Amino acid sequence: MAEKIEVTKDLTIPQVFLKRCKEYGAGKVAMREKEFGLWLPYTWQDYYDRVKYLCLGMVSLGLKRGDKVAMIGDNRPEGVWAEMAAMCAGGIPVWLFQDCMMDEVKYIIDHSDSKFFVGETQEEVDKALAIMPDCPKLEYVIWDDPKGMRRYHQPNLKSIIKTQELGKELDEKEPDLFEKMINEGNGQEICLLFYTSGTTALPKGALLTHYNMLSMGKNLMAVDPCYDTDDFVSYLPFAWIGEQMMSISCGLLMGYTLNFPEEPETSQHNIREIGPHVMFAAPRLYEGLTRQVQVKYLDSTWIKRKAYEIATKIGYHVADLKFEKKPIPWYWNALNYFAYATMQKKLKDHLGMSRLRHCYTGGAAMGPEHFRFFHALGVNLKQIYGQTEVAGISVTHRDGDIKFDTVGTPIPETEVNITEDGEIISKSPSVFQGYYKNDEETKKTLTDGWLHSSDTGFIDDDGHLVVFDRTKDVLKLNDGRPFAPQYLEARLKFSPYVQDAWVIGDKLPFVTAVMCIDYSVVGKWADEHKINYTSYPELSQDQRVYDLVQQQIEEANKALPEPARINKFVNLYKAFDADDEELTRTSKLRRGFMEQRYKDIVETLYKDADTVHLDMTITYEDGREQPIKTDLRIQEIKA
Amino acid sequence: MNTAGEAKEGDVLLKLENIHMAFGKVAALNGVDLEVKKGEIHSIIGPNGAGKTVMMNCINGLYRPQQGNIFFKGQKINNLAPHKIAALGIGRTFQKLELYGGMTVTENIRMGSHIHLKSNILSGSIYVGNPKREEIEDRKFIEEEIIDLLEIESIRDQVAHMLPYGSQKRVELGRALALRPEVILLDEPMAGLNLEEVEDMARFILDINEEKRWKITCVLVEHDMGVVMDISHRVLVLDFGNMVIDGTPDDVGKNPQVVKAYLGEEDLYVTRR
Repeated sequence: MAEKIEVTKDLTIPQVFLKRCKEYGAGKVAMREKEFGLWLPYTWQDYYDRVKYLCLGMVSLGLKRGDKVAMIGDNRPEGVWAEMAAMCAGGIPVWLFQDCMMDEVKYIIDHSDSKFFVGETQEEVDKALAIMPDCPKLEYVIWDDPKGMRRYHQPNLKSIIKTQELGKELDEKEPDLFEKMINEGNGQEICLLFYTSGTTALPKGALLTHYNMLSMGKNLMAVDPCYDTDDFVSYLPFAWIGEQMMSISCGLLMGYTLNFPEEPETSQHNIREIGPHVMFAAPRLYEGLTRQVQVKYLDSTWIKRKAYEIATKIGYHVADLKFEKKPIPWYWNALNYFAYATMQKKLKDHLGMSRLRHCYTGGAAMGPEHFRFFHALGVNLKQIYGQTEVAGISVTHRDGDIKFDTVGTPIPETEVNITEDGEIISKSPSVFQGYYKNDEETKKTLTDGWLHSSDTGFIDDDGHLVVFDRTKDVLKLNDGRPFAPQYLEARLKFSPYVQDAWVIGDKLPFVTAVMCIDYSVVGKWADEHKINYTSYPELSQDQRVYDLVQQQIEEANKALPEPARINKFVNLYKAFDADDEELTRTSKLRRGFMEQRYKDIVETLYKDADTVHLDMTITYEDGREQPIKTDLRIQEIKA
Repeated sequence: MNTAGEAKEGDVLLKLENIHMAFGKVAALNGVDLEVKKGEIHSIIGPNGAGKTVMMNCINGLYRPQQGNIFFKGQKINNLAPHKIAALGIGRTFQKLELYGGMTVTENIRMGSHIHLKSNILSGSIYVGNPKREEIEDRKFIEEEIIDLLEIESIRDQVAHMLPYGSQKRVELGRALALRPEVILLDEPMAGLNLEEVEDMARFILDINEEKRWKITCVLVEHDMGVVMDISHRVLVLDFGNMVIDGTPDDVGKNPQVVKAYLGEEDLYVTRR
């Protein structure tokens, strides 16, 4: 059991790091990375050494207290080392999403006045070199993976290894410098400059202190404690505050082991190998898992399908009793154990959820179907609500008090209130210090210590917070009848064939939808039904695929009041993508933008036409654009 | 394994002299000469039926040239069996995939390095001492060098024939690399790949050619002119079995006969530039 660390206003993250390294030393694994097919462990001593030399290396290259260090890359130990190294020297890490476009990278590097740039591969180095002339404050680029770097000899390029060698030299000269720098730090200083994903405008840089981060970790852990024997898999972007909260704030305070997947594509497989005790992800991941189970179910033999059906029936019943807070009779408990032994245990193992005590979803809304699905499997899935500006989360469900239309109750030391306009405001030691170089926004967001979220919501009779979406949860048709687009979208996405959906109808005569099929699932279905196709656009426009999607919509339409039902839909020629700015980097639908981008589709859906012609461009990950001309069919759903 | 000794940068590694090859009355190769120097990427281009793949097949022993000689590091190889030529250090990939469909990616790649394993069926079955050491080293080489280079970690345990075409092409290259060749014959490695996959493949070819760890000489048959002109050191142009020119990409690009016969298909030339 880890020694408890008292979080005070003066305590810094590097001080916690130092304490943990001294406590565990070489006797405990701090992190693991899968590399070359094997899990390679790093002890707390390794962690300490790597961070120390990297930190001193950056100091000998000129890193000073308060300098910004931008970072980009996949989840790897090197990322955490670089972040910790920057913090130890009093620097301020600035994380970027690894799939950021050049313009975003340039904007953030320039706006944050970053002096160092730590990138993982040649790709990131290329981005950094390209923007260097426009970002005069950027002095050094540090890279990690030598692949493809053989021709790069620029003087301001350094490898992590080279930087660490510089650090060793400095350490020989000044052996006490590293710990001295850590001890100089103060908890009230800024430790992270965190750019928000920007659903609406340019990203804003939120300033967070050590105390903000550590109090967040402390308060979350007071609700759902973790132990230093736990495992956590870090695979969501470090540029997302949720990952920082789990990997840094909670990770150091509790001393649990961080595990890094081999590649982003292998993360699902690697999660299964590790079997984490705690998990935090966006709804998209859980939706993906649900879809995976549903597809496997469709694929399996009759006997397995029957076993699954019986076990889920039991699971759903028990889960519903729990949701209703009714006692579970002994015979249902016995049946549930039967379901566990025959099906749930195996399935949870496949999903990597065998050892999971708590798992959280946050960042966007998740449909009740998905929620029930996981609870029926015996997975303790909870909703959380938070934002970058509170260093993580402010509200979460408690064990045994889960309502899927709410996000739960505030964590300790956190007050949540609703203004007269219905805006959610909160106050806690984790509330941020303001936006970097943006007083105007800071004033709007912070008043008397209250953080304005620009989300609307209310607190229900049980004290649970209910959050509406930023673009309002309930929209109205032109005759004033209401419908809930997010709710509908979540229902649609419960079908394994549907990857994404966008429900339209605000101030319009009826509800329509733009659907994105799941390429792999529908592709497999097409193979089984002997439908030939070569690409997503072709598959999506097949009449039989339209009929399949229509069935899914009819299923979702069931039990909905007449005005909320989808009347017409169109299959899009591609899936929504953050590179095309249709989603935010945290996978939220950008409705306003979509209405502009797909104006033609929206207009045609409300005309008496059966095709819509599209003429637009799609953007590749490296920023290149390609024009697309295509016709999409519109299908009507007759009641 | 390579009996003919170490070659230095710039030495002629592979030499074809006056190669003739005819199928019935069709002359597939009509007196072709080629000198591939160590460290080069030497491309062979030409329209369909020009004799490019026939030439590859002659080099690695699938065909025996009816006239002319092939030398590898000074040793005449035109009468050797393909597996002997492979053991000398000439690896290849195929235009039409030739993977073991039912095996996993790792197993396919391991087949490439099998030629270097010394343990026999008896010693291998005990798995102690040398066979164990050898096995671990081989696996380490494949994991740390090949799978890492080709970025195929996520598919290493998947069965080859279930993979998308682009991934299968990578696995083929991986298997050829496992042979630890000195020269690699790449037969249309970009055919059928999308833009992103072509860029990746070009990067891999440059990596194995330039990276200190590999330094493999490449003979590349390819239709994608953009790639050929960008990455080759020398280009040989064939037209119905006859040599048109053998020179640097610049020379080839300026040759009027080439421009007319092949690059004249301007659309093809500009597609991926």
